[in-house]
Amino acid sequence: MDYAINEMEQETLNATRELAQKKLKPLRAEMDAKEQFSKEMYEEFRKSGMFGLWLPEKYGGLGGGITCLAMAFEELSRVCAGLALTPGTSALGAIPMFLAATAEQRERWCYDLASGKKLWAFALTEPEAGSDASSLKTTALKDGDYYIVNGTKHFISTGKEADFYTVAVNTNPSRGARGISLLVIEKGTPGFSFGKKEEKMGIRTNPTYELIFENVRVPKENLLGSEGRGLLYVQETLDYSRPGVAAQAVGIAQGALDETVPYLRTRKQFGQPIITFQALAHKVAELAAKTEAGRALVYSITHRMDTEFLPAVQAALENGTSVHDELKKIKGGRWTKYSAMAKLFCANTAMEVADECVTLCGGVAYMRDFPLEKYMRDAKITQIYEGTVHIQKNEIIAALIKEYAAKGE
Amino acid sequence: MKDWKNVWILAEVSRGKLSPTAYELLNAGRSLADALGEKLCAVLLGKDVKKFVSDMFEHGADVVYVCDAPQLENYIDDVYAKTLAGMIKQYKPNKFLLPATNMGRSLSAKTAVFAGTGLTADATEVVINKDDGQLHATRPTFGGNLMATITCAHTRPEMCSLRPMAYAKAPHMPGRNGEVVEFAFDERNFTSLAKFLKFIKSEGEGLDLSEAEVIVAGGRGLGKAEGFVLLEKLAKRLGGAVAASRAPVDSGWIEYRRQIGLTGRTVKPKLYIACGISGQIQHMAGCSGADILVAINKDPEAPIMKLAHYAVQGDLYEVVPAMLEALEK
Amino acid sequence: MHILACVKQTPKSDNVKIDPATGCLIRSGAESAMNPFDEYALEEAVTLKEQLGGTVSVITMGPPAAENVLRDSIARGADKVYQLGDMAFAGSDTWSTSYALSKGVEKINSIQNIDLIICGKQTNDSDTGHIGPQISAWLGLPNAAFVRRVVEAGEKSITVERLTEDGTEVLELPYPCVISVVKEISNPRVCSVKGRMAAKRAEVVKWTADDIAADKTKLGVKNCPTRVVKSFAPKRDANAVAVEGANGKEKAAKLVELLKENKYI
Repeated sequence: MDYAINEMEQETLNATRELAQKKLKPLRAEMDAKEQFSKEMYEEFRKSGMFGLWLPEKYGGLGGGITCLAMAFEELSRVCAGLALTPGTSALGAIPMFLAATAEQRERWCYDLASGKKLWAFALTEPEAGSDASSLKTTALKDGDYYIVNGTKHFISTGKEADFYTVAVNTNPSRGARGISLLVIEKGTPGFSFGKKEEKMGIRTNPTYELIFENVRVPKENLLGSEGRGLLYVQETLDYSRPGVAAQAVGIAQGALDETVPYLRTRKQFGQPIITFQALAHKVAELAAKTEAGRALVYSITHRMDTEFLPAVQAALENGTSVHDELKKIKGGRWTKYSAMAKLFCANTAMEVADECVTLCGGVAYMRDFPLEKYMRDAKITQIYEGTVHIQKNEIIAALIKEYAAKGE
Repeated sequence: MKDWKNVWILAEVSRGKLSPTAYELLNAGRSLADALGEKLCAVLLGKDVKKFVSDMFEHGADVVYVCDAPQLENYIDDVYAKTLAGMIKQYKPNKFLLPATNMGRSLSAKTAVFAGTGLTADATEVVINKDDGQLHATRPTFGGNLMATITCAHTRPEMCSLRPMAYAKAPHMPGRNGEVVEFAFDERNFTSLAKFLKFIKSEGEGLDLSEAEVIVAGGRGLGKAEGFVLLEKLAKRLGGAVAASRAPVDSGWIEYRRQIGLTGRTVKPKLYIACGISGQIQHMAGCSGADILVAINKDPEAPIMKLAHYAVQGDLYEVVPAMLEALEK
Repeated sequence: MHILACVKQTPKSDNVKIDPATGCLIRSGAESAMNPFDEYALEEAVTLKEQLGGTVSVITMGPPAAENVLRDSIARGADKVYQLGDMAFAGSDTWSTSYALSKGVEKINSIQNIDLIICGKQTNDSDTGHIGPQISAWLGLPNAAFVRRVVEAGEKSITVERLTEDGTEVLELPYPCVISVVKEISNPRVCSVKGRMAAKRAEVVKWTADDIAADKTKLGVKNCPTRVVKSFAPKRDANAVAVEGANGKEKAAKLVELLKENKYI
């Protein structure tokens, strides 16, 4: 079922479905086998306006908010979760900027972001700081009008291909987690280099790199928001981006079903199509129901988010303030619990659906000629990045305890 | 209309080379001229083209109109079309056949407007209607799904571009002679604002598809770019050229100019060997004119297995090397 | 830069069906879309606009339903769209069609000067390739057909590569001029969400023969120089001979034998 409630969302679905079928599908197997980023597909995403879906029209975007972003990510991931990350991770890298940026910073970055001329990426994880982001070691010490950045980030999606990196750094190590800030660092800045390219289980068409900062001088104009509030912006970003990962997971699950059902309908054993065997048919029904439940959850949340996000963006543009400040003004809800629920449920569903689909189709699905094994490999990442499923559970239970405690129960 | 007499053909010359279509047009034109009891005339445009005059006579031309000028060294639409329109105005031909080559297609279209007359594109058969002496040109449309016969009743000349290889070459008749008419190039009026800068020869060596009598074509079933190396071997052995369906071109395995089909080129070789090509209607539009079509395909249900004259069910990587082996015997 | 793309609505090539009895095209249920070659033309126009700035206009001639390809053009990035529609145009051949289009071009040009006109190589329904060169002839403009690449679009002229049977010719054409393009020139995009929404709201300018001051004695099935006198389904040999053999090797040997026997090789 389509959860589009307005014309813009419906056209987003139409456009991304066509793009996925016409442009993405013919490329995915080859790029996955070569483990290559596709410049050709990047250009297609750019020409079809995929980078500006969630951004305001002022910057050349569509003005579609979090829902359009998630819908596009779902439909693209339904065909190739790896290539879908080109616009996906650019949004992830840019959301913290867009939330915390001043009007001047938005002017500087948002036009090229929305047109896709420049790609963004998000750099939080470090070798010693994964789930425990607060322990990050990358430092950015003030030197006049500059920050001097030193440290290493790893497992960074769209690494090397992106032009701008939103990097979590510590500007005041003595304050620990309260010293964490966000800096925008441009590729090509002296001292900023790329280390190892990772060889991954799935999402192979998206390059994952290590980022190395050696005395990188970053102008203070590239600081997002205030010093020391980095983790707050990160949390806010994840609130908005986790439904996106959940949407990706729904797309993967749906894509796996798209490959499986026609196969089960045409494959004959014991003289009949194997979908007529009830054990298999019921399994498919269950998987489809879970996928739909995940989708319903995602769009219930994003639609609700957009009722705050879109007005806050509008107000920020009118008042020349940051989106973060406008969200605070309207006492915008923290979506952490629901975002975590969506990501937890959908990621687990994607993994289960992809896994079961391979089993349902049997030997053929284990072969690389058939796309299902790729779905299974790709699904796994949704349980891991932007917080593992266990971290999502921590978020949910923390919120629950707080809620019940507030009620004195 | 009585003033308009004789059957003209354009003998295309490019970069000092006479196109083989000239002989095909002379052959087709000969039967039209005979049916009408009129003369067959060849038109030569270009620089240093006089040397081809006797060749025209020896292939059936009764008259050769020559416009030899340095301005005609390279093909520029306006210059050529204005020259042809000038010749048409002066000599009033009854029918005018041009080759449906890239140049001929473009030139015939522009000339038809300048000359104020009708044009049929890319015909595969031309005949004279006995009752009224009109040219009936039959051509494939809708990508070869429909044949249409087209006439041009009220304006002259009746123009038509003829698909390369639709007709056999005219026989060579050594010593045959005819009349030469030189047409002066009008440098004041036969002008264009377009400038010809340069010609870049196609990198891939080998025969051009429009001239190849044997074409070995590869499709999606090749699976990889290297598959064309094998097809190239077979093509070379048979004295032909290599072509492709759309999928390998889109995958970047082979250059676009080798694509056969609706969005590529139309060919009419004697023998067309389709390897790993399913035979979608879009592809067939480009190759169904082949005298003999051979399909080599793993899938017995592929549409081409019914459209071909000879269908070989099997893996092309097994069949093609075995063919090469058999050819050595 | 003002670029005009010429497009046509044609039956989708993959579902053309011919009635074998009458030899006529079965139009009912046949889906229509933009002629695929025109997609390449329009994409190139929009790409040039993105590089150089300016306006892309699109013109079509056709029945009322042809408005769809103009809306589609807006979705693909065109700015203004014009439809020539009049019973007087019906049944026109390429000579008459190109005349009508050239009159439409003149009228658009009177609104905003046109620099470049781009046509597809040919249509997928009539396959002539006449329209580009013929529009240029009516308008007295330089042209190039079978253009595979724009080398440079400058201030005053455009340099293009034209495909020949044996290579590529490079030509420089001053504006205004006409080019007809092959598939190689561009890779048509999938319409953006914004484009799709704009397409629904766009204004389609509609002109009759009188609106463009066309001479009606040059138009329509009665006045155009050529005429279709007969149409029929081509003969298709459906009796393919299956080359038999125990394995690929045997089949290959048999095939070579058959081809040799019949003197095909």
